[in-house]
Amino acid sequence: MADREMRAAYAQALVALAADDRRICVVEADLAKATGTGPFAKAYPDRFFNVGVAEANLVGVASGLAATGKKPFAATFGCFASRRAYDQFFLSANYAGLNVTLVGTDPGVTAAFNGGTHMPLEDLALMRAVPGLTIVEPADPSAVEAAVREAAASDGCTYIRLQRKPAPDIYPAGEAFKAGEAKVLAEGGDVLLVALGALMVGEARKAALLLKAEGLAATVLDLYSLAPIDREAVLKYARLTGRVVSCENHRVTGGVGSAVAEILAEEGVPAKLRRIGAGADEFGEVGTQDWLAERFKLTAPHIAAAAKSMM
Amino acid sequence: MTKNVPETPASQAELKELAARALAVRKGCLESIASLGVGHIGGSMSVVEALVALYFRHMRLDPADAKAADRDLFVLSKGHAGPALYATLAEKGYLDRALLPTLNKGGTRLPSHADRRLTPGVDMSTGSLGQGFSAASGMALGLKMDGPRPDGTMRRCWAIIGDGESDEGQVWEAAAFAAHYKLDNFIAFTDFNKYQIDGSTDEVMRLHDLVAKWEAFGWAALRVDGHDLAALDAAILKARGMKDRPVMIVLDTVKAKGIPAFEGKAESHNAPFGAAELATTLAALDATAEKEAQHGR
Repeated sequence: MADREMRAAYAQALVALAADDRRICVVEADLAKATGTGPFAKAYPDRFFNVGVAEANLVGVASGLAATGKKPFAATFGCFASRRAYDQFFLSANYAGLNVTLVGTDPGVTAAFNGGTHMPLEDLALMRAVPGLTIVEPADPSAVEAAVREAAASDGCTYIRLQRKPAPDIYPAGEAFKAGEAKVLAEGGDVLLVALGALMVGEARKAALLLKAEGLAATVLDLYSLAPIDREAVLKYARLTGRVVSCENHRVTGGVGSAVAEILAEEGVPAKLRRIGAGADEFGEVGTQDWLAERFKLTAPHIAAAAKSMM
Repeated sequence: MTKNVPETPASQAELKELAARALAVRKGCLESIASLGVGHIGGSMSVVEALVALYFRHMRLDPADAKAADRDLFVLSKGHAGPALYATLAEKGYLDRALLPTLNKGGTRLPSHADRRLTPGVDMSTGSLGQGFSAASGMALGLKMDGPRPDGTMRRCWAIIGDGESDEGQVWEAAAFAAHYKLDNFIAFTDFNKYQIDGSTDEVMRLHDLVAKWEAFGWAALRVDGHDLAALDAAILKARGMKDRPVMIVLDTVKAKGIPAFEGKAESHNAPFGAAELATTLAALDATAEKEAQHGR
């Protein structure tokens, strides 16, 4: 089966939900063509709103809609969703106790040709600092659909970090997901590869195969949500293997690697940790996604090398 | 369930009643601030008449049911005027007046800036300027999506922004949005008291012609004396009749209105205000009210 566009899964999930729930609405900031919510606009024109190039107001309007009982899904590039509209999302949506789903597209190096200005390598770190916020980065189209359903059913706010581009199916259609429950994609006793999002879960799975060829058995965890994080799964496999590689399409500060380090340190788990991600002092750059993934050492060979460095 | 609001200008007797409410709100607000000894007196005093006109005449509400499904919504985007809003909510019956002295004390339901999770009758959390107004535009849109009440009237969203707040870019993002979506159930006020924290609005950031600015953004805009209850009543009635456009009512107000020591001073934004200042001010307010009563205002 050909890889499905993640954004198509997002739009389809919204259209499907909206049929039974009049509260579902979509708010865009002149990036509807990028987000791919055209099918929603066509199906439900009276529940589709474009605020123009105005990300602060995007989140403000979504919060206002939520205050009248709607379930808004607001989307923009992840760099704007996090860095530009952070205070709006923090206060008007989260602090105010409303149900707003903010979708940040083009995470990390998937921003590719839009380059360093548009490359969110810190959105997870920023969002992790918001109390009570659910942070999800789906690894395949089925996970996207689940994330949309979960966010709509939630009482609070959700940040969905959404790669728009196609990704291979990992899970069967209709697979159930729950924030805070990681998926175990492989089990092995030598190292834990803990990954988030389509790009990194894919690279971690490839890295497990590289390691297998060298006689090393890796556990691969798809975290699905960074907040809440599946503490029990991380602990279980960190204790089992004693070696952990965190894999994120993000800077190594404040995201997956940091969250895992906190868990290991707090529980006194004697495990080594290597963090795959853009360096703490690096900004994003322009290039193809493949070139950038190599540039920031996000690919399977780098993950496998990091694992072996701890053996 | 809410009851409909008057469609005609307030009578002399009704204006007198509103003036009495304004006096009570002013006193309640200052008492709450004085109980702590410091607070946002300036911008609280300048919006008292607007709050009274809304809560006691023009907004559809049910104080017995703060979440009434058919109510109008109100957003105090200049969230630092929370003390004036709390005194208004107490006067209207949403809150026990005895709560007012808990303002800004640990564990209170009445924080410095308005908070929808804490205070009955507060529809949106505000304080980071520009955000409340933006959310209010979304609320107006949400009410439009829900359609009219069974009696055919449309639920409205009302908001008050500050003049200093009008420096915020998000205000103008929301302004464009509300006009584009023709949110004629959105009526907002600018508390143009001419002062912000660091000085006068002319010194810090000139606002130019606010009415012209709002009109240029596609709004209907009016300008009125924000302390003249009759003029305010007439302006709001006019705004309620506007079709296809949101309405901005620019209120010419006096910062710290009613506090002789602070009136029209930038220093009144967030100022020490204790028992001594309260006693002097209450006496002055009573004297002014008596004088106005004698002159038939």
